Amino acid sequence: MGKIRQRLIVIGALIVVSIIALIPRHVKQRVPDATTGRMKDTTVLRVPINLGLDLQGGIHLALEVDQSKGPVPDCADAIQRAERVVRTRIDEFGTTEPVVQIQGRCRLIVELAGEKDPARAKGVIQRTAFLEFRITDMKGEFKTALPAIDAALRKAGVKSRSNAAPSAVSQLFGGDTTKAARDSAADANAPGVLSALLFTGSMPGEYLVEEQQWPLVDSLISRPEVTATMPRGIELRWGAQSESRNARPYRALYAVERQSIITGEELVKAVARRDQLTNQSIVAFQLSHRGARKFEQETARHINDFMAIILDGRVQGQPPVIRGQIGANGQIELGSKPLQEASDLALVLRAGALPAPLTIVDERQISATLGTDSVHDGVRAGIVGIVLVIVIMIGYYRMSGALAVAALTLYCLFTIAGLAMFGFTLTLPGLAGFVLSIGIAVDANVLIFERIREELVHGKSLRIAVDDGFLHAMNAIVDSNVSTVLTALILYAVGTGPVQGFAITLIIGIAASMISAIFVVKTMFLIWLHRRPDMVTLSI
Amino acid sequence: MIRLFSNANYDFIKWRRFAFSLTGAIMLVGLVFLIVRGINYSIEFTGGTSVQFEVAHKVETAKIRAALDQVGLVGADVYNFGSDTSYQVRARLGAHATEGDAGTQAVADSVARALDHSVGVGQYRIASRQSVGPKVGRELQGKAFMAILLSFVVTLIYLAFRFEWRFGLAATIATAHDVVATIAFISVMHLEVSLVVVGAVLTVVGYSLNDTIIIFDRVRENLRKYRRQNLYEILNLSINETLPRSVLTHGTTIATTLALLLLAGEVIRPFAWVMSFGIFTGTFSSIYIAAPVLLWIEKRWPGEDARGARTFGTRAPAGAPQSAPATPTSSPPTARTPQPTR
Repeated sequence: MGKIRQRLIVIGALIVVSIIALIPRHVKQRVPDATTGRMKDTTVLRVPINLGLDLQGGIHLALEVDQSKGPVPDCADAIQRAERVVRTRIDEFGTTEPVVQIQGRCRLIVELAGEKDPARAKGVIQRTAFLEFRITDMKGEFKTALPAIDAALRKAGVKSRSNAAPSAVSQLFGGDTTKAARDSAADANAPGVLSALLFTGSMPGEYLVEEQQWPLVDSLISRPEVTATMPRGIELRWGAQSESRNARPYRALYAVERQSIITGEELVKAVARRDQLTNQSIVAFQLSHRGARKFEQETARHINDFMAIILDGRVQGQPPVIRGQIGANGQIELGSKPLQEASDLALVLRAGALPAPLTIVDERQISATLGTDSVHDGVRAGIVGIVLVIVIMIGYYRMSGALAVAALTLYCLFTIAGLAMFGFTLTLPGLAGFVLSIGIAVDANVLIFERIREELVHGKSLRIAVDDGFLHAMNAIVDSNVSTVLTALILYAVGTGPVQGFAITLIIGIAASMISAIFVVKTMFLIWLHRRPDMVTLSI
Repeated sequence: MIRLFSNANYDFIKWRRFAFSLTGAIMLVGLVFLIVRGINYSIEFTGGTSVQFEVAHKVETAKIRAALDQVGLVGADVYNFGSDTSYQVRARLGAHATEGDAGTQAVADSVARALDHSVGVGQYRIASRQSVGPKVGRELQGKAFMAILLSFVVTLIYLAFRFEWRFGLAATIATAHDVVATIAFISVMHLEVSLVVVGAVLTVVGYSLNDTIIIFDRVRENLRKYRRQNLYEILNLSINETLPRSVLTHGTTIATTLALLLLAGEVIRPFAWVMSFGIFTGTFSSIYIAAPVLLWIEKRWPGEDARGARTFGTRAPAGAPQSAPATPTSSPPTARTPQPTR
């Protein structure tokens, strides 16, 4: 009897621990405040089981440093810095329990559960958000250099616009050089290739390009001949959006100084708001002490100059003129864009710039409805599976089968508690693995019961048959389960999210079935035999 | 008290040639399908975009396909996914896909454009969407291949440690058979091979091995117990003795996989198909592949205790194995082919 009591204590302790692991508890969560949109900490009462993205909906992104425009020497370092920036941005973005982690050396994983606007989330994550202020080309150095640039382009065989634009485009992308050679004589007197496309804007350093010529000009100015002949210390930057002048769409091109007077690193605060007078979306920002001092000095030197605000290589709005010293505060005008875009910009400016552009290499997006449906279907299949197993076991093994079924409920409890206790994530394949493992879990009991039957057939007494049945079945049980655990371990090692969830449930399931099918059922048999010492036939 | 197949006395091994031909035929059919149609890889492996969406009213798939052709995604698949109003579009990246994500993003955008065009903006609800770059696709291919290879190596090592090498080899051949048969099944059914399906194949490996081990465990035990019988008889005896267990366990497992297949939804269905087939082939191979192969191995490379193998070579015993006369050729009973347990 003492032996039975010890076993019961162990089982009782396991059950208590499992139940404690599953008690709904207060969990601290960062959730977006309904009124202000800011993140705040709240406590939520819930069962501590993590559901994977495929069960609760959301997006999973794998990002890498964009190497398409030249290799990045130390991608591991870049990703580490990017991780900090992305984490800050996501924290402010307003998603509950986001995952931001580095995978391997150079890959960043971002998981946002329950996110409903994936395009916006992607924009916030991927935006480089490098902000800088530069003075426009006040001395007109670019204008002076234009004839030289035109000449360089002509020399390279680029025809001017006057010879019909379509052929110029085709030449840029294909290069029919024979035609170019034939036309070269005519080209010598033609207006400049580039200058013909540019109209002088309303301030020094501003040029306007017709909207439909924009791609052509963009390809022209990025040619090596042009960059080589550009005046020292001057660069070209496009305006962020097209603007209409005289009812025609134009795109602004700015010649700006190569050296920025200040960058977004000095920014400490950024807030989006709508200007009451102009009804524009604006982002008001504040600089750090150091930045403000530097900004004051620089703006004092450049009074009456124009200052371009450049974000990720694009000039935002029309460069304002510097009327006097500017201190710590300034603003970026976004025109008629919606306020949400302004607040997203303010967010990424606060979080800081990414060290390098990131590109998405893997993206999964699951709607919350599909996730809920999956949970529903998976649970339904699980219940039907369990009922079928119960019917088979009790129908075939009667009382012993009922004991196995009782152990099976403990098995379910242990497995789910195991998932909760170790903080593993339940995925859809994991759920399937759990349902499957219910069928496999009774295998140990089947092996034992068949063995006991055999021992009884061999004429052994009840007690000895039960003891020997358990003992002799052990070998096969251990061997067979080890092989399953080994394959599950491999699956965990090489798999990704959902598949890992499957492997984990399988492994925990096998561990739980060892306890329930062997230890628990043996205890039940001992109690049964203890209660009925006069029993001669076993209901098995 | 229900007794299924207790004291069963079937001569399983006798049917080995028939079983070999049957499984060979299945594999041949699978091979033909594999060559003609190829493997239906999911975009996890090929790279590309797959979108699963729902609409309120039925849309002709031909219309969606035409729109996909129009945006330049020739060869993209469109098919119903579970119900009449649920569809999946799948556009793979070409084999020539380059590094850098421009291609992947462009394909994703093109799919979105085609859907806006054919179904209408806002007329469909995206249930899930996946875009995989070529690099990640190649990585996952490598990983899946590694997983299957590694599982073989590890189980082989485990079997070598637990059993004598002849048993290990026979079990491995049986398991390899299951993998090939499952691949044949996948190609005939044209199931989409995703990472989860690879996971199912590995689970089939574990399950089948489990089954083979149960029978071999009994063979090992019976070899010790019945020293006067040959291997042919002992194999048959062991399979018969473990038959009730096989029927019961496969019954409960089939019950749960059928529940998954019929009730757990479209997403998990390929997994459930592979598992259901795997349970059949796993059971089949433990009896009709593993045991005959063990017999054959014993014949080719007889152990110290080569009883049965030699007999088997010269005179195939007929009739009920338990009633067959003991073979006088058996060597001294001290040396055992199978290792004693632990």
